[in-house]
Amino acid sequence: MNEFSDAHNVARRTILKGAIAGSLVGLGFDTFPFPAFADADAKHWPGDAFKQKSEADALKALYGKSAQASDKVSLDAPEIAENGAVVPIAVTSTLPKVTGIAILVLENPNVLAAAYKIPEGTQASVSNRIKMAKTSKVVAVVESGGKLYSATKEVKVTVGGCGG
Amino acid sequence: MAGTIRVRATSSGDTTEVQSLIRHPMDSGFVKDRQGKLIPAHHIEVVQFEHGGKTVFTALWGPAVSKDPYVKFSFKGGKKGDDLKVSWVDNKGTSDSLVAKIQ
Repeated sequence: MNEFSDAHNVARRTILKGAIAGSLVGLGFDTFPFPAFADADAKHWPGDAFKQKSEADALKALYGKSAQASDKVSLDAPEIAENGAVVPIAVTSTLPKVTGIAILVLENPNVLAAAYKIPEGTQASVSNRIKMAKTSKVVAVVESGGKLYSATKEVKVTVGGCGG
Repeated sequence: MAGTIRVRATSSGDTTEVQSLIRHPMDSGFVKDRQGKLIPAHHIEVVQFEHGGKTVFTALWGPAVSKDPYVKFSFKGGKKGDDLKVSWVDNKGTSDSLVAKIQ
């Protein structure tokens, strides 16, 4: 997706949201019992980080720094993934004050697969399923006390998850 | 879009474990259809989990998250019967939300 269509999408979304909000107010729905707190908002999505082609660039875009390897980050991934479309990945850490976890697949077209925000009180542990185009190093990055720590594991992929 | 979210939140001791499954194509933008045309990227961007007026977990997803994405995490607090709210929005502006009871 190029810059132009990105900007277009954002503009379109804003217009749609505005139109919906406006029409609700117009109809007297402004006191409608919406849920007490806000829904997920796409403006928090770090689009730039998800476009990067290297680990260093993705981490710089996401956190503004680079990571150092740490044995306090645990990355649970299969040795061999038969289906690259569904690769289970779990990341946990014993580091204190963890505020974020990111998962990167270095051989994917864009390396950043997922990032999680961990507020205080939430455990430094996440499990999810990601796509892998081919055999690749998978990197788990944990943000702890303002620094980044990582663990890396190679996952062999028999059938890629990004091809046709 | 409604009915896309399935969530199970289980309280045990002082911790609540949350597992959620969302129905979504998560098209990567790299796959071609039968006519050989690229299927444009269509993926969830943000998933937010809230308990007691506080965000307890935020997922930021790119197109490399698998179709019908699954995620599991745990947070401190949360009692049986409490509300847990899940909401998501994708790159086309589609969204859904659900309030589930912690078990």
